[in-house]
Amino acid sequence: MTKIPVHLDINGTHHHLELEPRVTLLDALRDRLGLTGTKKGCDHGQCGACTVHVDGERVLACLTLAAQTEGRTITTIEGLAREGELHPVQAAFLEQDAFQCGYCTPGQIMSAVACIREGHAGSDEEIREYMAGNLCRCGAYPHIVAAVRQAALEVAS
Amino acid sequence: MTLELSLNQQPAHTRQGSSIGQPLTRRDGFLKVTGAARYAADNHPSGMLYAVLAVSSIARGRVAALDVEAAKAHKGVVEVMTPRNRPALAADPDAKDHPFMFRLDLLQNEEVRYPNQTIAVVIAETLEAATEGAALLSPRYEALPARVGLDDAESFVPRGVGVGNPAVQHKGDVEAGLKSAKTRIEATYETPAQYHNAMEPHAIVAAWDGDKLSIDTPSQGLAMAQGRISGLFGIAPQNIHIRSPFLGGGFGSKGMISGPQVLGVLAARLVGRPVKLVLRREQMYGPVGHRAPTRQTLRMGMDGEGRLTAIHHHAKTASSTFDDFFEPAADASHTLYASPAITTSHEAVRLDTGTPLFMRAPGEATGSIALESAIDEAAHACGMDPLEFRLRNYAEVEPMTGKPFSSKALRECYSQAAKAFGWASRPLQPRLMRDADGFLTGWGVGTATFPAIMFQAEARAVLKADGSGLMETGAQDMGQGAWTAFAQIAADGLGLDIDQVDFRAGSSDLPNAGIAGGSGHTATAGMAIHNAGAAVIARLADLATGNEASPLFGADNEGVVARGGRLYRRDDENRSESYAEILTRAGLTEIEGHGKGAPDAASQETYAKHAHGAVFAEVKVDPDFGQIRVTRLVGAFAAGRVINPRLVRSQYYGGMIWGVSFALHEEAITDRRSGRIQNANLAEYHVPVNADVPSVEAILIHEDDPYVNALGIKGVGEIGIIGTAGAVANAVWHATGVRPRRFPIRIEDLLG
Repeated sequence: MTKIPVHLDINGTHHHLELEPRVTLLDALRDRLGLTGTKKGCDHGQCGACTVHVDGERVLACLTLAAQTEGRTITTIEGLAREGELHPVQAAFLEQDAFQCGYCTPGQIMSAVACIREGHAGSDEEIREYMAGNLCRCGAYPHIVAAVRQAALEVAS
Repeated sequence: MTLELSLNQQPAHTRQGSSIGQPLTRRDGFLKVTGAARYAADNHPSGMLYAVLAVSSIARGRVAALDVEAAKAHKGVVEVMTPRNRPALAADPDAKDHPFMFRLDLLQNEEVRYPNQTIAVVIAETLEAATEGAALLSPRYEALPARVGLDDAESFVPRGVGVGNPAVQHKGDVEAGLKSAKTRIEATYETPAQYHNAMEPHAIVAAWDGDKLSIDTPSQGLAMAQGRISGLFGIAPQNIHIRSPFLGGGFGSKGMISGPQVLGVLAARLVGRPVKLVLRREQMYGPVGHRAPTRQTLRMGMDGEGRLTAIHHHAKTASSTFDDFFEPAADASHTLYASPAITTSHEAVRLDTGTPLFMRAPGEATGSIALESAIDEAAHACGMDPLEFRLRNYAEVEPMTGKPFSSKALRECYSQAAKAFGWASRPLQPRLMRDADGFLTGWGVGTATFPAIMFQAEARAVLKADGSGLMETGAQDMGQGAWTAFAQIAADGLGLDIDQVDFRAGSSDLPNAGIAGGSGHTATAGMAIHNAGAAVIARLADLATGNEASPLFGADNEGVVARGGRLYRRDDENRSESYAEILTRAGLTEIEGHGKGAPDAASQETYAKHAHGAVFAEVKVDPDFGQIRVTRLVGAFAAGRVINPRLVRSQYYGGMIWGVSFALHEEAITDRRSGRIQNANLAEYHVPVNADVPSVEAILIHEDDPYVNALGIKGVGEIGIIGTAGAVANAVWHATGVRPRRFPIRIEDLLG
């Protein structure tokens, strides 16, 4: 299959890749760029583990071809902390024990950052609804809600 | 592996004295929230190829043809592994040397015995090429009719259920008890096949170097996995190094190494390069175990005061056609309710499925939802409040064996959870409560119990001349918090601040930590760590008390205590010496000690050891459409000593949410014609999402148990699911007046 050039701006770094058009953004991140923080749970857009930001909006990287993000700005879990300082959402997840096995966590955190930015963290009910696209089989949901609530207050202040 | 935890993680909960009992945040938490925690599939050794499974789309028959040439012609495909070219094994994958050696499908022939069984492995330079290659195989089958339901095959009594319990057990005369009863109930409940669905699909990265094998794969039991691979490949266990620092969930599905994981090792051997193999989500519905369906009938008799005179709990379940695992559902009735007569019995059929295996609370979860529903029916038949009925039948000794409990704070669980929930204002009759929006509201209760199990584990402790400590055990963290809880136990065992202890786990070259399962890992490996710490401290004390230059000279081993990196004389704490001073004077750079964790046989004979809990649930049901929402859950649990309440609360929450899922969500649906699972994906196999989960509260009940082990640990990983499922079912009855008898509860069952 013929490869095509793809230019990706990921976490502030510019990458030039030669990719087959069938390569998803998720597999490009994980297999070509070594950014393995973004997880593959289902590869069908059903679990949310692969959530990243494209131009600031949450996107399922498994349902996005890498070529579709040509020239767009991508943020992954690796790009959230700045100079070793955790993002308020990351710090809240740690403090509230908002994860167990940790596998869904990068996707939960990326969703949570967007959820707050979208203005959908106004109440526990709203957080539950707007975080419902990210499955957690360990059942950390009550603590995820607590973490998003805490981080939303910190981001607002 | 040493965790890198520097950066800006603040020691938010530093304290003086004991680490045990402190609500520390996870020591691996920084890695998990930054994406730096390395799971098996995140590894990418140089020269690695990708392997993708081709799996059977029939349930029974044989593979007649595969278009291997078409697959190999696809650019990037390196090799296709089939029964014809699969490298030889040193052992037959169908051999069963002991009950816990489960038969594996490793391309030993063309036979298909369940859907999603591997029929070939395509190995390629890229994941995309391997995936396309697998599709190009276009298999043709000779299919036979599939046996998919509990009525589709001849029933038999298994030789054993669960981990080898007798299939039929009696205490007293159940028929006489039923005959003498004033009130009787009989009810049959059905539970579906369920699949673990850990968020992390089973994955392996395998690399051979001659006869040495290096593996990254999630494992709940590293030493067992190492032993199994050693036997299959005929190489020494020490030549196999397995790393499993993090599991993306296990729930039992990663307890034993599965067929696909071994196929990754075979693929690497075939091509002579490192290979990564990751299951696709739908491929997890077959070769990695599941919870078998059950149909359970309970018969109970009660006297005029609501006391049980007899319990008969019968369970029908299923295993695969080629191996034995029988869900011990009826055994749930051994422990909870006092009755002069109890019979538990099992029967089974063999179906064209992958072999069912351990899934979070195997037997207890399935049995509990039926038992707790039946107890509720019994209470109603006697005209009693369900909590009062449970207290009337409270077991002061273990009902089946007559043994005293090593500890049992269940009464406190009932009372504290009932109070927090507001149970006292519950109307006895169903369908009497509505909320402001007109939704039918119901309250239900369920009792939880889970045995305090221990396995075997070892640990190695080291004290160094710089005053720091090292603790090593090959423990496995699948999310329960092993990295943190064991470091806390290690710190106390070594008499050091936790930041002075280098705790290493998650690798097969460390001492055998046993299995992370049966809610027994913290107790078992924790005791090994505790004992290793005691052993190395004893050596250190010998060095000090036997040396005239030490302020501790003359005190015997019992005469000193270890704390904060110093040994103190017990009778005069002004006399003390640091570990560093003792080792430096002795001219030693380090000393080590070893410890084991194992159940105590004597106390095992004497006592029944169980954790307990009580769960109260509120549901709201749409009176017109039958839609059910759980709106509140309150649980109280007594499970011995709590090492870290922050982590334990997370375990209880997770278990309780599994209980909601059992009652309302989960079910694998098999197509009766093809035998295939129709909803083998996370969209149609329903697990709870955040919006399905209500307000959840877990109350930790203090419990000292001197008999379970020296640390007093029972285990918390599974008990949350038990009781919760029944509480939700009973709340649905209380809301609607309709008794759910098959799970998950369906809207159509409520609308009649």
